[in-house]
Amino acid sequence: MTRTSFDKELNALHGELVKMGALVEDAIAKSVKALEPGGRYLAEEAIAADRQVDDLERSIEARCLRLLLRQQPVAKDLRAISTAIKMITDMERIGDQAADIADLALREESGSISELAHHIPEMARIAVVMVSEAVGSFVSVDLENARRIIAMDDKIDHLFEVVKTELIGILKEQSARADEVINAMMIAKYLERIGDHAVNICEWVEFYETGIHKQTRIL
Amino acid sequence: MKTAVNKFRDGFRARLRHPFSLLAFLLVWAAMLLTVAILAFIVIHILVNGIPYLTPSLFEWEYTSDNCSVVFAIINTLNIVGMALLIGVPIGIFAAIYLVEYAKRGNRVVRIIRLTTETLSGIPSIVYGLFGFIFFNNALGWGYSMMSGSFTVGIMILPLVIRSTEEALKSVPDSFREGSFGLGAGKLRTVFRVVLPSAIPGILAGIILAIGRVVGETAALIFTAGSITKVASGLFGAGRTLAIHMYLLSNEGLHVNESYATAVVLLVTVLLINLLASFVAKKLQKKF
Amino acid sequence: MNTKIDVKNVDLFYGDFKALKNINMSFKEKEITALIGPSGCGKSTLLKSINRMNDLVEGCRVTGSITLDGKDVYKDVDVTELRKRVGMVFQKPNPFPMSIYDNVAYGPRTHGIRKKSALDELVEQSLKGAAIWDECKDRLKKSALGLSGGQQQRLCIARALAVHPEVILMDEPTSALDPISTLKIEDLMSELKEQYTVIIVTHNMQQAARISDKTAFFLLGELIEMGDTEEIFSNPKEQKTEEYITGRFG
Repeated sequence: MTRTSFDKELNALHGELVKMGALVEDAIAKSVKALEPGGRYLAEEAIAADRQVDDLERSIEARCLRLLLRQQPVAKDLRAISTAIKMITDMERIGDQAADIADLALREESGSISELAHHIPEMARIAVVMVSEAVGSFVSVDLENARRIIAMDDKIDHLFEVVKTELIGILKEQSARADEVINAMMIAKYLERIGDHAVNICEWVEFYETGIHKQTRIL
Repeated sequence: MKTAVNKFRDGFRARLRHPFSLLAFLLVWAAMLLTVAILAFIVIHILVNGIPYLTPSLFEWEYTSDNCSVVFAIINTLNIVGMALLIGVPIGIFAAIYLVEYAKRGNRVVRIIRLTTETLSGIPSIVYGLFGFIFFNNALGWGYSMMSGSFTVGIMILPLVIRSTEEALKSVPDSFREGSFGLGAGKLRTVFRVVLPSAIPGILAGIILAIGRVVGETAALIFTAGSITKVASGLFGAGRTLAIHMYLLSNEGLHVNESYATAVVLLVTVLLINLLASFVAKKLQKKF
Repeated sequence: MNTKIDVKNVDLFYGDFKALKNINMSFKEKEITALIGPSGCGKSTLLKSINRMNDLVEGCRVTGSITLDGKDVYKDVDVTELRKRVGMVFQKPNPFPMSIYDNVAYGPRTHGIRKKSALDELVEQSLKGAAIWDECKDRLKKSALGLSGGQQQRLCIARALAVHPEVILMDEPTSALDPISTLKIEDLMSELKEQYTVIIVTHNMQQAARISDKTAFFLLGELIEMGDTEEIFSNPKEQKTEEYITGRFG
């Protein structure tokens, strides 16, 4: 086996990605918990986790560019690095949205959101599962699992529509709660976006393995 | 001279800590100085003893035992050199071309030819002289003549020419041959248009050595070209060359001073011929 | 694209050593095909068997067929004619020790062109074709050995172009050159592709990736995989190819 130092770098890159995935999982799980009664203290932690995610994104980006510059990777190596570059963007977005949710959780009375739109906990549960499974399927390069998660997105999209309709109904009847309703709406939207980013991660996993991204061969 | 001294001093200082290296360094310098010293001694000895006797009478057209003129000998020498080269060089070059370019490696014929040329180059020149005397003078009936002499020394320089041409051809990078073949050229064209021109400096070096041998030759010529003290009357005329002239002069013991003067002339002749050859070499090289 | 050269069931022996094992491949017209693989894999051997430079090697024997426009180069084509149609550029720049002009005119003269005007035109055309005209038009009568390595190699390309070949074989043409000269030659190759079929042996995989249309990977005398260059460098089908191009070989 040659290219030992390159392989070491690739392993380190993989390690950082796994770490970033874990941090993102942590951030989203905590921010969702922060919405529940008595979970408010977790919001700060979620926001802190997002900051770590941002730092990690920087360092992974730099490492990838350095590897492209110095190693001129081809085939699988090139896919590994381009996958990393694309994937960290999605992970970073998830981290941001987790922080946004945590931010909103800090402003609301605890438990009020799920009381207002009772599908949001369900959405949150699915989103957490999707993110953690997406990261998992990257770690184990599990295409089967990745495709299953891509399919899960339909569920979260559907729930988002349901929540939206509900919230519109509430807004019509109790316009005094407009503030809360809008916050709930935003949280629902964030969760829906997190689902999308999880899907993106899964799609990059597929690309890493096959060179095909969304049915098109790009490498 | 100053730089040589500086170099020696620097080299000496640099090796002070390494005794073996220093020893080798000193030996190399000693060998170099010895070589130069011997050469310088010979040349200076000849010049000191010869130049005072380089009188105009030495260059009179007719030779008499009084003036000891060398003019006829110079002409005979040039004559023999020219003819010997005419005989030896083309044959030698073509033989070398065959050996290097055409013959298969390890071929039996090649091995025999190599063995023969090596043997030829090891034979003492007196043997050539006797052979020439028996074959050219007697068997072919050419008698003492420029022809007999030229053929004899022509054969004598063959191994030299073959060897040096072979080396020169071998040192032409194969990439030239590949390039030529790659353009669709055949063997003949490749050899004559590409390989041979690049080998010219090496071949010329061999020819210069050959000239040196011919000019300095006595034993092989004394039996074949004869020792008559006049300009040879045509190809089948006899006549002595400078080297023979000098040999006989000093042998008689009557004209030792004149023989030193002749040595100076011989030295100058060799120098001039070599200068001419290297001038031709430069001219030819400039073309490429 | 038409097939220009077709290699069928080719085995090649150096004495008892089998250097090529049952090679089957074809080279398309006006494309650059790169042959890659570790040293001693047979890629140069294959290249040289196309214009029969292997004839010069004692004990070299070829079985199977290599055809140029459908004609067997070992049976139906005269070797002089073959080498006129299939030019070659070597690893080390090997301009002859003569003037730039004479170097380029060497090929045409070999093939019987003697007229000065015709030669002048050919020389200019070829030097232009090899992108070196501007650098040496004022010194055509000067020795070719005074050129830099990169210029010498382009001169050698010009020399090959002067006999109007259809195919140009290049045996690691930039391995002895500095990076900038290398890039110039690579640029030139993509221009040559417009008119000629180019086959290049290279040890530089980035070079193969940069310039070639097709890439063929050889290992121990066998053709492991041949395909579109992008395909070979992104999704090779064979494990061995992937290991080689990603540098995880042996």
